[in-house]
Amino acid sequence: MRTARIVMPKTAKKGDVIEIKTLITHPMETGYRRDDMGKAIPRDIITLLTVQYGAEEVFRMDMFPGVAANPFAAFTTVATETGELVFTWTDEKGERHVEKATLTVT
Amino acid sequence: MRRWWLALILAVACLPATAEPRTSAREFLPAELKAQQDDDGANPGMLWVEGGAKLWSTPDGSAGKSCASCHGDAPTSMRGVAARYPAIERASGKLMNLEARINDCRVTHMGAAPLAYETDDLLGLTAYIANLSRGMPVSVATDGAAAPHLEAGRKFYFERQGQLNLSCSQCHDDNVGKRLRGDRISSGLPTAYPAYRLDWQKTGSLHRRLRACSLGVRAVQLDYGSPEYVDVELYLAARASSAAIETPGVRK
Repeated sequence: MRTARIVMPKTAKKGDVIEIKTLITHPMETGYRRDDMGKAIPRDIITLLTVQYGAEEVFRMDMFPGVAANPFAAFTTVATETGELVFTWTDEKGERHVEKATLTVT
Repeated sequence: MRRWWLALILAVACLPATAEPRTSAREFLPAELKAQQDDDGANPGMLWVEGGAKLWSTPDGSAGKSCASCHGDAPTSMRGVAARYPAIERASGKLMNLEARINDCRVTHMGAAPLAYETDDLLGLTAYIANLSRGMPVSVATDGAAAPHLEAGRKFYFERQGQLNLSCSQCHDDNVGKRLRGDRISSGLPTAYPAYRLDWQKTGSLHRRLRACSLGVRAVQLDYGSPEYVDVELYLAARASSAAIETPGVRK
C-alpha cells in the first residue's frame, strides 16, 4: 500500500499563488539493476502525476527511470475557487493512487 | 589581594570540564539537504511517519486492540517518550529500544505477531513515536539496571574491531567532520533515526546504520535488535545527552 503526502495551505485568498508539495512512496525501480543472482530486476516506475483542480487540470508531470525513489513534486497554482484538488499517480502497471485535498478560497 | 587571585584560580580550575557539544550530522549536510530535512512537505521520511500514524490506531492481533486503545492520543501521551529510550522494561528487567518496546507491546498486550526490523510497519511506528519527541533533548536513564548495559555499550564503542582494527571512537570522536569517501564523519549522535538515507532510497533504523558501520570496518555484522547493538545504542544515547531529537533525519 502506498502512502502519499500533500502539503498545501488549507485556505487562500482568491488570486493568491499557492505552493503545493507532494510525496509518495514508490521504489522507482529503473530496470537497469540486477539482483544477487544476476537476474534483471524489472522496471517499476510511476509514469504520470496529474492534479485536477475543479474542472481544470493544473499540473501534469511525466516521470522516467531517472527519478529517485519516493518521488517529490512541488508546483504552484492560482487559487481560483473553493474546491477539491485530486492528485492521481499512475504507475506503469496501471496502478493508480488517488489523494484528495480541499482548498477553501475566501 | 593575593588570596583573592588564588581563590579565583582555584574556582576556575575546579569547574567541571564542559565538553563542547557534539554537532549533529545535519550540520555536515549541504544546504539543500538541510532544507529538505527541515521541510515536512519535502522530507521523504515523513511518509513513514504518516504511515506509522495510521498504524497507531489500526487494531491488530487477537485482543482486537490498537496502540491507541491503551495509549490514547499519541501526540499527548507519547510526547517525550522516545527521548528516554533505550530503557529498562520494568516487567522483564530487559533493556529495550523503541523497536523492541513496540514489539513487546504487540505480543503481550495486542496478541499480535512482532514486526520484523526494516519493515515499513515497524519503521513507521518507530519514526512516528520518535517524531513526536522532535526537538526534545535526549535523556536516557543510565543508573540502576541500565548501568551494566551502559558499560557494555561503552566497551563496544571503544573496542577495536574488524579487519581494519578500528573502534567507533577512532572515527566518531577523533576524526569528526573529516571526509570519508563522499561524506563527512559524524559525531555518532543517534538522534536522527529512523532516518531517510539517500543511499538507501528509504527510511532505515539505527541498527541498519550500525550494521553499515560494522561492515565498513570489516567486522561481523550483528543481527538487527541484537543485545550488543542495543547496549551501544544506550551508550550513544547517553553520549548524546541533551542533543535534540531530529527524527526523521535526512542523510546522504
